[in-house]
Amino acid sequence: MYTLPSKLKLFSIIIMVLGLAGMTYGFLTTPKTVEDVKRIMAQQEDHHAEGHAVAEHGDETTANFVDSARGEEGYSESAMEHATDLNPEGHGSSSHDEHVLHQLQTRPWSATFVAAFFFMMIALGVLVFYAIQYASQAGWSPALYRIMEGITAYLLPGSIIVFLIVAFAGTHFFPWQNDELVAGDKILQGKTGYLNLPFFLIRAVIYLLGWNLYRYFSRKNSLAQDEVNNYGPYRKNFKISVFFLIFFIVTEASMSIDWFMSMTPHWYSTLFPWYVFSSLFVSAITVIALVTIHLKSRGLIPFVSDKHLHDLAIYMFAFSIFWTYLWFSQFMLIWYANIPEEVTYFIIRIQEYKVLFFGMLILNFVFPILVLMNSDYKRVPWFVVIAAVFILVGHYIDVFLLVMPSTVGHNWSFGIPEIAALLFFAGLFIFVVGTGLGKVSLRPKNDPFIKESENYHF
Amino acid sequence: MASKKIHAIYTDDDLLMQAVKQTRAANYHISEVFTPFPVHGLDHAVGLAATRIAITSFLYGLVGLSFAVWMMNYIMIEDWPQNIGGKPSFTFYQNMPAFIPIMFELTVFFAAHLMVITFYMRSKLWPFKKAENPDLRTTDDHFLMEVEADNHDVEILTKFLYDTGASEISLIENEQDH
Repeated sequence: MYTLPSKLKLFSIIIMVLGLAGMTYGFLTTPKTVEDVKRIMAQQEDHHAEGHAVAEHGDETTANFVDSARGEEGYSESAMEHATDLNPEGHGSSSHDEHVLHQLQTRPWSATFVAAFFFMMIALGVLVFYAIQYASQAGWSPALYRIMEGITAYLLPGSIIVFLIVAFAGTHFFPWQNDELVAGDKILQGKTGYLNLPFFLIRAVIYLLGWNLYRYFSRKNSLAQDEVNNYGPYRKNFKISVFFLIFFIVTEASMSIDWFMSMTPHWYSTLFPWYVFSSLFVSAITVIALVTIHLKSRGLIPFVSDKHLHDLAIYMFAFSIFWTYLWFSQFMLIWYANIPEEVTYFIIRIQEYKVLFFGMLILNFVFPILVLMNSDYKRVPWFVVIAAVFILVGHYIDVFLLVMPSTVGHNWSFGIPEIAALLFFAGLFIFVVGTGLGKVSLRPKNDPFIKESENYHF
Repeated sequence: MASKKIHAIYTDDDLLMQAVKQTRAANYHISEVFTPFPVHGLDHAVGLAATRIAITSFLYGLVGLSFAVWMMNYIMIEDWPQNIGGKPSFTFYQNMPAFIPIMFELTVFFAAHLMVITFYMRSKLWPFKKAENPDLRTTDDHFLMEVEADNHDVEILTKFLYDTGASEISLIENEQDH
């Protein structure tokens, strides 16, 4: 039996309190009026003037799109002109200042959403990984079932918080909820059949119900298997896992369209749901590996060997490459075609978030591939931990870049609201997962494959 | 000097693995194992040194990557500058997204092909080479373990191998001196 170490418990509670305080501060200190914004902007300009008198941002950031044959500064300017999603007019604001005000008011919402979704997607990804193990009747993994179930304990609180955020964010996130804007926009009018508030909320409720019901029943069957001497609960779990996977892949696609892609309702990419899925899945497997190493170091799971860790590390390695593949496929097609309504997505990310945008590639691709390439290193816990930290930081940045450029645009920074939200949800995650792991014995009994899993070797 | 070897045939890969471990534990020397398919962990069980082919593969991959970079730069930028995707920047750096698929493919191509060729050379395999496996059934569904019997009592060794689950045992006396 596992109990959350009291120091870790205390730590999680402290960062939750700190995080909550920081988030409250973030929501309370947003500018209320256009006058506040003007004052902030003036302060910023003074600050800039003190430093470099000539430092202009626009000059070098468009360099990537220079057209040397025509002697033009590139296409980004003319492309962004039409990007009503990202422009002041796009949100129906009458002036630049009002637009900035809107974005500054959105910032705490976005900061909270990024962290909330990041930890929710870990729990959801673990649930999917767990369902795949059942549906494929995997022989190596049953020894890890209780660990995965412990992590998915976070799904219920996590998904409810995410639901509340997307339900109440309104036009902070979703310009299509602004009736004035839709009235003057033919493209958005064409999308109202899907992008309307009641249907949006109904869909979100369906996702939540489906995911959490599967988690509830699969956990129940999995525990029931411990007590019986036939394979009834296991068979039931097999069946519901298959249906859950079908349900998940459909809802995941529309979830990522609803919650992320519709932040810029003019822009679309058919690869987008897969891309979000790959990020979700690789973070989830990474957390399974981390929790396994934590439990192993406390000597609580002698039946899990370094072979299991090896397999988890293989998954981390493989899905890091899978993520890069999807990221690049999406980027290259849009970059190559260079269609104004599509490139806006990357222009804002490259111009305003350059370090994060390319740094994320190094964290999510170069580091995992180099650290985990050697087969022997995949069994060395501290090596896996290093790779795991890179991957988790990288995928937090990935979620950050899904949300921030589309909602707060140029007015982003990484300050108190972002750090506080990260602390709060990290604390909540540690607390809930730690409690979830401690509910039952970590060793599943009577599973048809448990013996194979414990004797697993290759 | 005549060298004596015992060929023990097994019908299952798990049985073979077990037999290999037992034989090694009893201090007999396994000179070769023939299997119809790669058995996971067998190289480790027989006590072979870890393969270095992965390292060569990595190096070949780097060669392929460098070759692709040089090739695309020469073809698309230097020799005949191309307007790629309507962005006539004529620099390698700014056109790189278009070259990444080629860089990836050539990395894989070089790594895979050169690795296979290296493997053939190290295993001394070439076209029309006469097969070395002593029993044709090892290409179908049987597993053969070759144990050196020079310095051992053949009777005891045979008995031992039967106990490990061998389905067939034959003594091979080789008159040639290697």
